[in-house]
Parts: sequence; C-alpha cells; structure tokens
Amino acid sequence: MESSKVIHAFYTDDEILLDAVKVVKAKHHHIEEVFCPFPVHGLDKAMGLAPTRLAITAFFYGITGLSVAIWMTNYMMIQDWPQDIGGKPSFSWVANMPAFVPIMFELTVFFAAHLMVITFYMRSRIWPFKEAENPDPRTTDDHFLMEIPVHNNEAELTALLATTGAVEINIVDKH
Amino acid sequence: MYQFSGKLKTFSLALIILGALGIAYSFYSAPKTVEEAKEIIAHQVSSHGNTHGDSHDEVSKEDHKSDAVFDSHGVKKEAHASSGDHAEHHDAKHDEHVFHQLQNKPWAAFYVALFFFLGVTLLVLAFYASQRVAQSGWSVVLFRVMEAITANLVPTSVIMLFVVIASVMHINHLFPWMAEGVFDPTSANYDPIIEGKAWWMNIPGWTIRSIIYLVIWNAYRWFIRRNSIKEDTANDGGKTYKLNYNVSVGFIFLFMITESMMSWDWIMGLDPHWFSTLFGWYVLASLLVSALTAIAFVTIYLRSKGALPGVNDSHIHDLAKFMFGFSVFWTYLWFAQFMLIWYADIPEETTYFVARFNEYKLPFLAMVGMNFVFPILLLLNSDFKSIPWFVVIGGIVILAGHYIDIFVMVMPATVGAQWSFGIAELSALLFFLGIFIYATFSAFAKANPIPQGNPFLEESEHFHYYNIEHRGEGSSDHH
Repeated sequence: MESSKVIHAFYTDDEILLDAVKVVKAKHHHIEEVFCPFPVHGLDKAMGLAPTRLAITAFFYGITGLSVAIWMTNYMMIQDWPQDIGGKPSFSWVANMPAFVPIMFELTVFFAAHLMVITFYMRSRIWPFKEAENPDPRTTDDHFLMEIPVHNNEAELTALLATTGAVEINIVDKH
Repeated sequence: MYQFSGKLKTFSLALIILGALGIAYSFYSAPKTVEEAKEIIAHQVSSHGNTHGDSHDEVSKEDHKSDAVFDSHGVKKEAHASSGDHAEHHDAKHDEHVFHQLQNKPWAAFYVALFFFLGVTLLVLAFYASQRVAQSGWSVVLFRVMEAITANLVPTSVIMLFVVIASVMHINHLFPWMAEGVFDPTSANYDPIIEGKAWWMNIPGWTIRSIIYLVIWNAYRWFIRRNSIKEDTANDGGKTYKLNYNVSVGFIFLFMITESMMSWDWIMGLDPHWFSTLFGWYVLASLLVSALTAIAFVTIYLRSKGALPGVNDSHIHDLAKFMFGFSVFWTYLWFAQFMLIWYADIPEETTYFVARFNEYKLPFLAMVGMNFVFPILLLLNSDFKSIPWFVVIGGIVILAGHYIDIFVMVMPATVGAQWSFGIAELSALLFFLGIFIYATFSAFAKANPIPQGNPFLEESEHFHYYNIEHRGEGSSDHH
C-alpha cells in the first residue's frame, strides 16, 4: 500500500478556522477532515457537506413503530382473545382505539428515537472499544485541525495555510 | 410607514356590511313563537324527504323512553304521534325545546365567531407579552404586527360586553342556568345541580367577572401599545423597556387566571351540568395555535407588501414551528380530555361527548384531522416551514379547524341537533373577519413598523435559523 501524505494545520479559534476553510475551499483544495473540540456553527456549510438525512430515517422509523403498535394491539386485544375487560368495547380495533393511543404514541417515539440513534452510531462508525481516530489529542481540548491530502503540492499548500492564521503546520505520513 | 391601502379598507368594510346584513337576516328569520318553530321544522321534514321517516317509526318506542334523544331532522313528532297517551304532552315539550334551540341559532352563530376572534386576538396579546417576558431575540421585528392585531381586542370586547348584557337581560337563551326559576325550588325550571353551583354561577358574579376580564385585557393592551411606541424614542437607558417588561410579567400572571375563569364562564357555563378540569388549558391551546397562525398570516401579507424589511424566512420558519408545536399541544389536551372521559365513562361526564359524537360526528372528527394530522404532515419538514404558501395552506386548515373546535364547544349546548352551517354562521365569520382586518391594518399604519427602541432589535433583524437559506442572501451573509 502506497503511503500518502497529508498536511495537518492547527488553529486555536473557530472563527479563524472557518475563514481558513473558506480560503482553502476557494482555492479548490479538497479538505479531507476537520477535527474540532466542539461543534462549530456553519462549518458543514463552509465545507460544502451534504445535509444529513437522519431526520428522514427517523420519520420512517416512527411510522414503523406506529404500525407495530397498531398491529400488536389489534392482534392481542381484538383478534386473539377479545375479552370483555371492564366493559371496554373489543368488537373492533377502532371501537377501542382511544385506549391504544398511549402505546401507539410511545412506540412511535421509541422506534423513531432508538433506531435513529443506532443509525447514527452505524453511519458515524461509533461503538464501544472502537479505536479513537484523533490525529492529535489537542483537538479534543482547545485546538482545531484541518487535514488536507498532499498531491506533490506541499510548498504551495504550506504557503497558503500559513496565510490563514494556522499556529502549526505539519506534514504527516498516513498509512 | 405602512399605508392602509384603500383596496383593503374597502374589502374589510364590505365584509363588515355583508356580515352585518347576514346577521340581521338570521335574527329576522329566527322563529318568534313555538308555532313558527313548528312550521320551520315541518318545512325541514318535507324538504328532507321521507327516507329518514321510516327508520324513525321503528325506533319510536325507544326514542320515547329517553327524552334526551332528538334526531337530527326533527321528525320526532311523527314518531311520538304513533306511540300513545304521552304523545301530546311530550310533543308540546319537544316543540318548546326545538323552539328555544332555533331561537338560539343566530345568537350561537354570532357567539362562536365572536369568541373565536376575541380569543385569537387575546392570545396574540398573551403571546406578545410572553415574548417580552422571555426577552426573546427572534420576534422583536414582529412586535408591531402583534400589537396591530391586538387592536382587534377593543371592538370584539365591546361586542362581547353587549352579548354579556344581552344574556343577563334574558334577551337570549345561550346560558341555560340564567333561565327564569332555575334557582327557585318552587319553579318547574328548578335545577338542584345548578343551584349547588350558585356560589359561582350567579348572574351578578358572572357579569362582574366578565367585565373584569375584559377590562384587564384591554387595560394591558392599551398600556403596552402606548408604551411600546414610547420605547421607540424614549432614550432613557432602557427604563421604558424595563417598565414594559414588568407590566408584561404582571399581565401574564393575570392572564393565566382570567383565561381559565373566562373559559369556565363563557364556554363551560353553556353546559352547566358538565365540568372538566383541563378545560381552561384546552381552550387556551386552541386559541393560541390560531393566534400564532393569525400572526403568521398578517406577517406574510405585510412582508409581501414590503412593509416588514426586518423579517426574513427564519422568522416565518419560527412561526410555523410554533404553529406545528401548538397544534400537537392542542391535540394532546383534546385527547387527554376525551380519553379520560371515554375511559372512565361516568355518565355525568360522558353525556358531553355523547352529544357531540352523535350529533356532530363530522365536525368532531374532521377537527382532529384538520388540527392534528394535516399540520403534522405538512409542517414536519423543516424546508416547508419557511415557504410562505405552505404556511398559508397549513394555516387556513388550522384556522378553520379551530373555528370548528369552538363551534363544537358552543353549538351542542345551545342549539343541539338543530345545528347547521349557513347564512348565520358564515355572516358572523365575515363580520368579525372584516373587523379584524380593519382594526389590524389601520393600527399597523399608525406606528413605525420597526420597534426601534427595543434592545433586542439588532439580534432579531439578524435572526437566522441554521438550515434556512434566506432568499437573496449568499453564503457569505452568515456563518
């Protein structure tokens, strides 16, 4: 496997980082990754990242939960064993529907919330015992790091990043 | 400064005149005697045809046992005629009952529209006060819109005062507990259940409370409108602003109390045998979501006329979010009230919903679709919430749905099975819509559309919700 080089540019302020991202994007360099200790408002827009579709998945998970609740209440309370419990009408699902609404609501929320979180974990590749991917531990505390792949343009990139207020610029071998 | 266009003025005046004519007609055509009521019912029966008649004959005996059951076409007379000795006595009683319901019709139609517009305006005022108290940063550019809408509080309060006086003077029969002899044990109208509530439900107390509510609301509106305009040029180190803040805190406190009591007095009092603890909140939710929709409508209209330079798509988005959120809140309270009563099924509480479910099935169920399902699906998407015409479509359905909500609160208690949506209901709506438009836009034209003295104005003008791309702005405008 061919080893490739990347530039790590460090910043200490999110505003400076944002401006740097805009400068680098304006020069049409690809930004591989940006590491931040906290969410930087507008960073995704500046980097041109596509909007998340997590909310859309949540909507469909919610519909799934609602369907499960309707199926379950109908099967258990109406089809399988329609007992008379305290005079509640178990002749049809609709006749007893108000009694099922709390569980319908809760299962909708349950499915939407949990499946969305699991989707988030899978898409973000987060799980217990996962090896951390920090290129530098300072990025979890007070430094921001922009990673740009190098294609025989080390000097040009270094010069450009130096003008953007980077406090440290390293060229790193990535395996 | 905004100019109240002649076109809009003419339009609103036309609505008022058209509505007033329709209201006058509906009062004129209401029956004045039991005989006239009989005639109207007989006319209804013949025009409805005989398809219903047969089935009623079959169930006539059961019908007869419970006097509370009235079919929706008033064919009961025929049913009774065939069922023996009691027919004559019950016939007369029934006729009088229907007569009162028909007499109530124009009053109830007027009352529904009046309460709807008064309540919506009142909740705009309360929402406005809440925005001051919360020191919200986003809504400051909408303050003058909200203030303008609250101008409608004055005419609706005056009309409400007339209706209060008319009710107390027995000119109408909207509130059954006000009828002659209800508290008199020797009277045929004596009602011991209502007498047990006499400590609250008595005419002097009710009248005084009604007047107090109206005075408190109008006093705050008058004060805050005057002082908000003062704020523009005050330049006194935020003194006026702080005074407005403090008064708004006081108003919210008084509002929460008067709103609850108002909903007991003016709406729950229509069904004096029935009670519900969360009713005040339920009425509040219904009016609040309508109020937010009204703010959104006036904002969208004024922005399209270029009168609101500080308002951007994010403000519309926030209003739509509130419409969405409070639609769900309304549904929550509606269902909580319905389900608790349905589940326990205690007769004294259940009759309320039995009457509504039997005689008002379509509006009762349509309301849930219009106030919950439709706004949920339409306004769930974040992008849709900042598109004015989506908000307008959602808003029309929400407003219609909450009008129906008030309709279903008032009508079963006042006109029962004799309800319909016709000239009386429609003209009352048009009448109050005309007043609303006239009051709102003439008030908006009287003050600077930008509340200049507010310390949060700058923040509000630059308000930006993160995933909204404002029209006419590039990516460099925000980060």
